[in-house]
Amino acid sequence: MNDRAQTTVKRVINESGLEVQPLYTAEDVAASGGDAMIGLPGEYPFTRGIHREMYRKQPWTMRQYAGFGNPQDTNQRFKYLIANGQTGLNVAFDLPTQIGLDSDDPLAQGEIGRVGMSVDTLRDFEIAFDGIDLEKITVSMTINGAAAIAIAMYLAMAEKRGYDIKKLRGTAQNDILKEFIGRGTWIFPVEPSIRLVGDTIEYCAEHAPKYSPVSVCGYHIRESGATPAEEMAYAFCIARAYADEVIARGLHVDEFAGRLSYNFNIFGNLFEQVCKFRAGRSLWAKIMKEEYKAEKPGSMWLRMIAAGGGGGLTFEQPELNIVRGAYYALISALSGTQTMALCSYDEAYTIPTEYSARISLRTMQILIAEMGMTETVDPLGGSYYVETMTNQMREKMEQIIAETDAQGGIVKLVSEGAIQAKVSAQAYKMQRDIESGKFPKVGVNCYRNDQEDEHPVEFHPYNEDDARVQIESLNRVRAERDAERVTRALAAVGDAARAGTNVMPAIVEAVKAYASVGEITQELVKVFGRYQEPIRF
Amino acid sequence: MNDTAQQRPIRVLLAKPGLDGHDQGAKVVARAMMDAGFEVIYTGLRQTPEQVSRIALDEDVDVIALSSMAGSHLPFCRKLKPLLEANGLDDKLWMIGGNLPAQDHDALRELGFKGIFPTGSKLDAIADYIRENVA
Repeated sequence: MNDRAQTTVKRVINESGLEVQPLYTAEDVAASGGDAMIGLPGEYPFTRGIHREMYRKQPWTMRQYAGFGNPQDTNQRFKYLIANGQTGLNVAFDLPTQIGLDSDDPLAQGEIGRVGMSVDTLRDFEIAFDGIDLEKITVSMTINGAAAIAIAMYLAMAEKRGYDIKKLRGTAQNDILKEFIGRGTWIFPVEPSIRLVGDTIEYCAEHAPKYSPVSVCGYHIRESGATPAEEMAYAFCIARAYADEVIARGLHVDEFAGRLSYNFNIFGNLFEQVCKFRAGRSLWAKIMKEEYKAEKPGSMWLRMIAAGGGGGLTFEQPELNIVRGAYYALISALSGTQTMALCSYDEAYTIPTEYSARISLRTMQILIAEMGMTETVDPLGGSYYVETMTNQMREKMEQIIAETDAQGGIVKLVSEGAIQAKVSAQAYKMQRDIESGKFPKVGVNCYRNDQEDEHPVEFHPYNEDDARVQIESLNRVRAERDAERVTRALAAVGDAARAGTNVMPAIVEAVKAYASVGEITQELVKVFGRYQEPIRF
Repeated sequence: MNDTAQQRPIRVLLAKPGLDGHDQGAKVVARAMMDAGFEVIYTGLRQTPEQVSRIALDEDVDVIALSSMAGSHLPFCRKLKPLLEANGLDDKLWMIGGNLPAQDHDALRELGFKGIFPTGSKLDAIADYIRENVA
């Protein structure tokens, strides 16, 4: 780009495909599109942050992924994290719960309580959140395929405990399109899955207007092999698909867009990540304002959780992941995220132990207490490099969105498995580049330890008894509940699904009657069917 | 090596056991095995032990490889072993990769999963192991 670039130095192309110059000046900023999109924090296009004072007013929320075994154990872990200064909870559910199976389903055997807490009925939510003040701690739930049921349970639990649902804050991940690309906890085919997301957005807009029913996840798309620019672009395409679904029902964009939130990934080059977030913030604002004609600033805000990604961690020399985590937290802070969730150093092996989760939490606390990361807004703003690359990243994202639209749109491409094939080809190329040493990875292809690691990673012990306890608890609930009320409520879920009306009111009634996750899912499967994944290479 | 004696390419079944949906690793390995010249049958997600042993039999594979990330490898392999034996597949090469803590490796070997490739294993090492161990 500029003629000061030394032709003798090695060319550097970042992961998103943009060339990095050895030096940047004001000329580069001007050539990349100038200052037009920079602005001020809290003002359109929000490149520098969605709030005027950002962390000076309130530091980011710290929210670690947690949940293991049964709801009783999870309740203890939540209380431990809160006692250590954590300000938000991020609930992990086990796989049977995530894909709508009860703990006594034969397919659930061997998986109960393994990667998160097991939930069958509302009773499990009551146990897990017992003694936790839901106004002081916001709760985010990592659940997608069965998100409508989990949201219904959370709201019903809060209501039973006397909270005003209209004021209740919290987030559900509930981004099913990315599950088809990356994480695999789908249940229903693509079209009815999008409809369910629409149902939750519409329901929450009316009944729980402070609750965020969707957190659109670039995170998992990146973990699956997308570049940083693709991560943002595909996430925006997915968010537009949900917005279109809700607008088609007659809602105005300003009635729901302010509650949409995002989950993005952090690993890789520091400056590329920071520019990714700054570019993404302004691009989302532009999409909402120009394409969707949003008027409220809140509808244009890219409210996000930036999470240190497991994809950047290494199995080799695991203690180096503590260092990587600290850099990820720094990137996250420089990016102006609302919430930070940091991977734990053992995440390349296992779900975090209490010890490793506490190190991650302390890492974020060190940034606030010792490093001055909350004192000024967007400290990298105005850097010739950062502003140039931010402009270039935005342009790159717009180009990817335009290509996706031209190929028929994200819903079509995900249904066909085309996005999946693209990102998995990239993941393969990256793995080859790491193994060949072309893409440096400390401890893996350079600076390796010759000897065996002397600090083995400890694993969170799995309690083989969890499954039995959970199934007994489910059976007790089944015996105690009003069977006739359950049958009626489940029939109403099926009726709503068939009628094409919003299924959420019926699901809320069903969970209040202590119908189980598996029973409610089964009613929906009868109408929607199950997804068959296209396998494409 | 014995690959010159093969009348056909080595056939590898790559299965995602259980409910875990993290398939990036399995898909990367599938591509690597194809690049290595093997025929790859990838099952897609959420396979039961019965499905894995049925596909292995129907597809007449030389290698039965599992990719497991969510910690349920031992209960799954305990169920799979007798099914593979009942289908007469004991002479095939049984392998497993993914998030496999070192303390579980002996138990997996005792169950017949001779090739163990935890996260961090190299793609070429997996391909070499298959070439060297398929009779």
